Amino acid sequence: MFKLEEVKYKDILAIDELYIRAGEITCLVGESGSGKSTLLKLLNRMHTPSEGTIYFNEKLIAEWEPVELRREVVMLPQDPVLFGDTVEENLQAGARLTEKNLPSKEEMEQAIQQFYLDKNLEADATKLSGGEQQRLALARMSLLTPQVYLLDEPTSALDENLEKDVMERFVSHVKKEKKTMVFVTHNMQIAKEFSDTVVDISPFALNGGRENE
Amino acid sequence: MNEEIIELTLWQLVAAYIFIVFLLIVVKIRQIPRDKEILISTFRMTIQLLLVGYVLIYLFEHPHPLLTLAVLVIMVGFAIQNIFKRVRGQLNREMKVIIAISMAVGSLVSLFYFNVIVIQFSPWYDPRYFIPIAGMIIGNSMTGVTLGVQTLVEGLRDQRARVEAALMMGATPKEATRKIVDQAFDAAILPTINSMVGTGIVFLPGMMTGQILAGVDPLTAIEYQIAILLGVSGAVALTVIIFVQNGYKVFFNEEDQLRE
Repeated sequence: MFKLEEVKYKDILAIDELYIRAGEITCLVGESGSGKSTLLKLLNRMHTPSEGTIYFNEKLIAEWEPVELRREVVMLPQDPVLFGDTVEENLQAGARLTEKNLPSKEEMEQAIQQFYLDKNLEADATKLSGGEQQRLALARMSLLTPQVYLLDEPTSALDENLEKDVMERFVSHVKKEKKTMVFVTHNMQIAKEFSDTVVDISPFALNGGRENE
Repeated sequence: MNEEIIELTLWQLVAAYIFIVFLLIVVKIRQIPRDKEILISTFRMTIQLLLVGYVLIYLFEHPHPLLTLAVLVIMVGFAIQNIFKRVRGQLNREMKVIIAISMAVGSLVSLFYFNVIVIQFSPWYDPRYFIPIAGMIIGNSMTGVTLGVQTLVEGLRDQRARVEAALMMGATPKEATRKIVDQAFDAAILPTINSMVGTGIVFLPGMMTGQILAGVDPLTAIEYQIAILLGVSGAVALTVIIFVQNGYKVFFNEEDQLRE
């Protein structure tokens, strides 16, 4: 699905070769500052490599129209962001921002229940805790229908048990829909339990990684 | 109705400066460090207006299309410079170009529509009409665009994470910044809308007051004032919409990524 060849990004990353397979869950691990988020951003063209080539579905990423690519390869940033005041507005945001049909009430209610968010659709999203906002963001992602999900530490604000439960739900959603997922985590147990392939990114790291080693 | 206007003598004018002396005493006592600025602005206001007075006398006595157009170009140029100065923080070249284009296109289109269709004075370059109307339209558009630029720049700085998160989901830059762009437009036109609401009750607009003092029938003065308020609203809306529709693009590169 993704093929990276001789990719270099600034003085952060240098990757000789990396494959990410379709239909798999790939987990990126490595020291903080080693460039995990950077790699995710390279995959949906939020960053452009300084050197080298990246293919998505056998087509050069540079040849994809950036917005079109990102609708197929959506990314969730590490810090959850609110798009509107209510839970409902936040769940609709993905569709609204990408010019798609809004999800139905039932779909939205199902999405928040799926991620153990015990809230009404009318609830004030600005009053949610960090962990609740992360789950709301995951629910928002699950309502989109991309080929690939890129998740940057999607459950970092959750306690251990909830983290596992939430990951399980998202992974089963991805598997059921036959999608591909690449995620970053610091939690080795989560990495092992939920991914088909674990990629340690430390060998690819340039300055930042070396400092941390 | 056409009573002779009272000509102000030099001493009457000097008496008016007492207001500034009073203001200076207040800020001195309260130790607000504004005395220098008050002095400079009073001085500048006096000199600028005296000079403009002489320029206007000359223009009115020698009406010529090129002279009127030259004044127009200078007004728009100053307005654009003033926006660059008044916006806090650095503006890059592209942003400056967009500001200049929106000011020029927006205020000139409104101005010519207003002169030719609404007021219909002739010749079209009659400085007695053209210059004051241009001043009001360009001045108000300038204020609007300044507020619009400020709100847009601050919005994109403060809400960078949200814009980026929207892009990551596949939003176009236009969709990702829609809220900020709307806020910028709103901030820019709000003073104009407020001035329409308050006008006649809270304050009597300067143009109308001036005309009434000069002996014009209040109803005629009011007709002019209504027309000018509508014209100014349209001009502000047009300049600001041209600006915001293009201004947000400066923050993105050709790969639809946020610029650093």
